[in-house]
Amino acid sequence: MESMLLELFVFLAAAAIAVPIAKKFGLGSVLGYLVAGIAIGPFGLALIHDIEEVMHITEFGVVMMLFLVGLELKPSLLWRMRVPILGIGGTQVVVTSLAIAGVAFFFLPWQQALAAGLILSLSSTAIVLQTLQEKGQMDTGAGRSIFAVLLFQDLAVIPMLAGLPLLATLALDHGGHHHEAALFDITELPGYARTLITLGAIAFVVIAGKFICGPVFRAIASTGVREVFVAGALALVIGTSVLMIVVGLSPALGAFLAGVMLADSEFRHELESDIEPFKGLLLGVFFITIGASLNFTLIGSSIGLILGIVAGLMVLKWIVLAITARVYKMGKQDRSLFAVALAQGGEFAFVLFQIAKSKGVMPTSTIDPLVSAVAISMFLTPIVFLLHDKLSRNEAVEEDESEPDTIEQQDHRVILAGFGRLGIDIGRFLLTAGVKPVILDHDVSNVRILREYGFEVFYGDANRLDLLESAGAREADLMIVAIGDSDRAKNLVETTRKHYPDMKVITSATNRDAAYEMMDLDATAVFRETFGTALHLGQAALEQLGIDPYEARRLSLIFKKKDHEMMPELYKLRCEKEAYVSFYQQHHEDLKAVMELDHPAHQKAVDTAWTAKNPEL
Amino acid sequence: MANILINFAHPMKSRSKINRALRSAVEDLDDVTINDLYDHYPDFMIDVEREQRLCEEHDVIIFQHPFYWYSTPSIVKEWLDLVLEHGWAYGSTGDALSGKLFLQAISAGGDADTYTKEGYNGFTFAELTSPYRATANLCKMTWLPPFVVAGVHRGLPKEQVQLHADEYRRVVAALRDDRLDLEHVLRSELLNSDLNQAIKGE
Repeated sequence: MESMLLELFVFLAAAAIAVPIAKKFGLGSVLGYLVAGIAIGPFGLALIHDIEEVMHITEFGVVMMLFLVGLELKPSLLWRMRVPILGIGGTQVVVTSLAIAGVAFFFLPWQQALAAGLILSLSSTAIVLQTLQEKGQMDTGAGRSIFAVLLFQDLAVIPMLAGLPLLATLALDHGGHHHEAALFDITELPGYARTLITLGAIAFVVIAGKFICGPVFRAIASTGVREVFVAGALALVIGTSVLMIVVGLSPALGAFLAGVMLADSEFRHELESDIEPFKGLLLGVFFITIGASLNFTLIGSSIGLILGIVAGLMVLKWIVLAITARVYKMGKQDRSLFAVALAQGGEFAFVLFQIAKSKGVMPTSTIDPLVSAVAISMFLTPIVFLLHDKLSRNEAVEEDESEPDTIEQQDHRVILAGFGRLGIDIGRFLLTAGVKPVILDHDVSNVRILREYGFEVFYGDANRLDLLESAGAREADLMIVAIGDSDRAKNLVETTRKHYPDMKVITSATNRDAAYEMMDLDATAVFRETFGTALHLGQAALEQLGIDPYEARRLSLIFKKKDHEMMPELYKLRCEKEAYVSFYQQHHEDLKAVMELDHPAHQKAVDTAWTAKNPEL
Repeated sequence: MANILINFAHPMKSRSKINRALRSAVEDLDDVTINDLYDHYPDFMIDVEREQRLCEEHDVIIFQHPFYWYSTPSIVKEWLDLVLEHGWAYGSTGDALSGKLFLQAISAGGDADTYTKEGYNGFTFAELTSPYRATANLCKMTWLPPFVVAGVHRGLPKEQVQLHADEYRRVVAALRDDRLDLEHVLRSELLNSDLNQAIKGE
């Protein structure tokens, strides 16, 4: 127990120290983790053991990441991406595999060369996606192409897992890891049954994601106990993974599928913010283990060979990627990022090399330098990203005029917090005006009813920073606070102001005092919740009393304007009771003078308005 | 027989004796529709379709309004800007108003003799209303000289108001019954300068 806690402490402390330092130097968190791994690994301070074990556990971070990626992708969007996934992804995997195999064929028998080609064609989903997300490049043209390729690679792992043993030429290494069945081993079943079970499992994930998860999460959410929801979310991801492993599919793929099925649900942002920290931690530790697993003894003894493999691997992959990008007619900027981003080995290579070893496909002497080369190429990736950023920035400045902007037009990003009696009309108004806000509401039954009416409302408490984050607060331009509860509304304005100082915040306030407090918090604009309705009712009352509608309207507008003008004065005086009251009364009297229907001053104002008349007559 | 549309525009009609009197003098006539623009559109959101339909359903279109700044209250300008669409009111296919009669019924603050070249206001009613004449012209309507009640700023005596109201009623009824001598009217500067001559068969 103690040693486990100690090891946990070492991992977390290393991350906590290394990542901020790396970030400070603009290196990105991935590189920070990798360096931390080297520092605490066997060739650094030697503080950790069982690196492989930890690596296997934390590989689960990749699964969670794909779940999160799935959450961002609605099925319709995924369907639109089928061409890049199959086309660009397929081209990259096939051509890279053959190219690497071709080169390896000079040194290895063809079976081993082909196995190495297949395994090394994969890139690192974890490092690339994490880096792209950190840079906010997921939504660019290059980002989408890169994602398409990574997704195809994740799919390609499945046939590779199945096919690798067919390339075995060596005597089996007894006692090696065999497929460990969690519940039962379906490999003992006949072929057709296996296929049926596999298809059944996928169908189950799709159907469960579409029809069962909604009611279950709704029931969980209605309890209002947050950690139960977190538990539910984790159970969903882990359960899906287990199911996929049992039927012999990639758990990452299953989690991705589950994510896609839930992308349309009202719990999207809540799930995202609940899983996100687990993913971050697991991936972080996973990167640390990659850093720690760099075998410096081996690297030292055959440094020439390994560096040669690294250089060959990255250059070869880069060439294939660059050609692929050209064939699929990407823009110049997109092309270079695309080629640089995917030119490394991936974490699946560790898994596949492990299998290649245990199934007798390749000897350890071949595998070890390859594994080291993959790890080094992954280590180099964040650095390559940095270099590319520097170079392309210079280029971008030079080419500013000739190249059109490749950044996609972003939506107006508006977050509407609260979709109750006030928020619903704000939302309807904005939607009909073509502005699509991200709508958050914390009342699960309300959310369900509104969803039935076709509003895309997400369940969640807007006061939680992580939920705001996954609702896109970082890119949003505007926050609209339409929460009835004064304290929660204030809290949200405060949080938004503090964490997103560039975002404009317009808010409702229950009454004048609440409005002052909102002004204290520096809200961009504050509107008293009932003021508009009060004016409309007043105007309607005047009309019913026989006042001309146009005059009633003008009076209401005058009142509104005067009240608005009075607000800053009252705000200044709000702490001095007497001055406040007397100012208020004075203002009220003045207003009455201007507005009173039969008042001489008003009569005169009306009579002198509009008419040009002879002053002498 | 003709249908008559009176587009009434006064932002505070409750305070205009003369306009109220004129209006109530014609309100009970058959085939006369009064369309109060400020009542219908206090926030100036003019319903173009409704207004066009009303125009199409009537043969005579009267704008009754005070002569604010030698012109109309602002909602009438808004009305013209929005309702008189190309292809409907004017242009090669814009024939919706073709052949209809156009008339302004104006209440002016200054006395009639101030609206002369030598007078205080320096221009005649014919000159000052010429943009509306041009507008009617473009829309292929028959423009009529304005019906003017001048000198209202001092407040006209009751009898005088009644006199104008009666005249207004006579004009509107005559327009409705095709009893207005258009040729005679078009020769005069104001429609109501000599009603006994202008209206036939009374």
